[in-house]
Amino acid sequence: MTHTATPPTATKMALRTAVILFLFVVIFTGLLSGAYLWTLPTIEAAAAGEKMKLINEVLPPGSYDNDLLKDTVSIAPTVALGQDEASTAYRARKNGKASALVLEAVAPDGYAGKIRLLIALGADGALLGVRVTQHKETPGLGDYIEPRKDKNKDRPWITQFDGLTPATAEERAWKVKKDGGNFDSVAGATVTPRAVIKAVRKAALYVAENRAQLFAPQ
Amino acid sequence: MTRDEFRQIAANGIWKQNTSIVQILGLCPLLAVTTNLVNGAMLSLATIIVMAISGLAIASLRNLIPHEIRIPVFILVVAALVTVVDLLFNANLHELYLVLGIFIPLIVTNCIVLARVEAYANKNPPLHSMFDGIFMGVGMLWTLSLLGGLRELIGGGTLFSGIDMVFPGLHPLQLFPSDYPGLLLAMLPPGAFILLGCLIAWKNWIESRAAARQHRRAPEPMAAGGLH
Repeated sequence: MTHTATPPTATKMALRTAVILFLFVVIFTGLLSGAYLWTLPTIEAAAAGEKMKLINEVLPPGSYDNDLLKDTVSIAPTVALGQDEASTAYRARKNGKASALVLEAVAPDGYAGKIRLLIALGADGALLGVRVTQHKETPGLGDYIEPRKDKNKDRPWITQFDGLTPATAEERAWKVKKDGGNFDSVAGATVTPRAVIKAVRKAALYVAENRAQLFAPQ
Repeated sequence: MTRDEFRQIAANGIWKQNTSIVQILGLCPLLAVTTNLVNGAMLSLATIIVMAISGLAIASLRNLIPHEIRIPVFILVVAALVTVVDLLFNANLHELYLVLGIFIPLIVTNCIVLARVEAYANKNPPLHSMFDGIFMGVGMLWTLSLLGGLRELIGGGTLFSGIDMVFPGLHPLQLFPSDYPGLLLAMLPPGAFILLGCLIAWKNWIESRAAARQHRRAPEPMAAGGLH
């Protein structure tokens, strides 16, 4: 007639369940943090390697001998670069002398939103190289700003910037040929190159104006 | 695990309980990702990995998980393990991670994982559950590859676009002449719905034909037995 084992009360049940859930949370959070801390150095090294690979695409080989990722200068948000948050510029030096500056800029008026650019300028203010790092332009039409997608493999569109000096070249030249300028473009996709050209020119002028501060010794 | 059980799990995942055309689960990544064959296949590969791990883990822990709080525990375990795999991938197989990595976060939120964990891994031994996860993923692999391939072919006349991201030496195939205007509808989400509907109809047609054939054959011994 008497129960040998009374069924657990509601409070006890709730408590038991809560403890089990808590234990699961502790164990798996521990697992997560462990994996995070263990993989962090490798992941950071891989990310740095990727960044260096991109930087090496815009900088001529052998033009620097310092560690660019350590020699940086922070740039406050500015309209000239199209940045609405602080960005980082990397300074290339050879034998201790400033040789180039690599900075990020944004063209806000692409055909489909922002186009992110990586721009390298020499100490003399001439463009060394430009690469698109992120964009949403129409695949197969506006994406020729990326050398990998450009049909012209010998001389990709984006290399037209190499060697230009915005401080001396007149503004009229900084346009696609259709608008009376010097830049080639693909028929039917001129909004994209217009945005890129404008952003690169603005960025180069910004660097020319802030030369002293940007190239200042570390 | 017997051979028969294994065969049954495989048949379930690949055909009978196919996630995309029978269970109609995980439509959100399906629509977004299957704009070409390579993306569809990559999402499925990432899913296979995630499903195998979560099946194995939940089935091993199933006796420790109280029934009332199983869903939060499933979510916790699956999310934690997938994040760990994501980190390990990123650290040790970085090249592969660059290709598959963007798909892993898409899967964590995928209801296929939770559905299989709840329906299968919660009630079956670890090895069975792992294979169930793998074969559910394999079923998804052929379905999404087919869907992606069709959308790509109809939409732009190409096949395997983006393959150079996975295997740098290979190039996409241009199957239709390069002046093929393309059918934008196939590339947009409605096109995915229409083609998925066609795939489901095709599967049902095959099933009903098989059922009809069996039906025709079945009554004979009954008649011979004189049971009428």
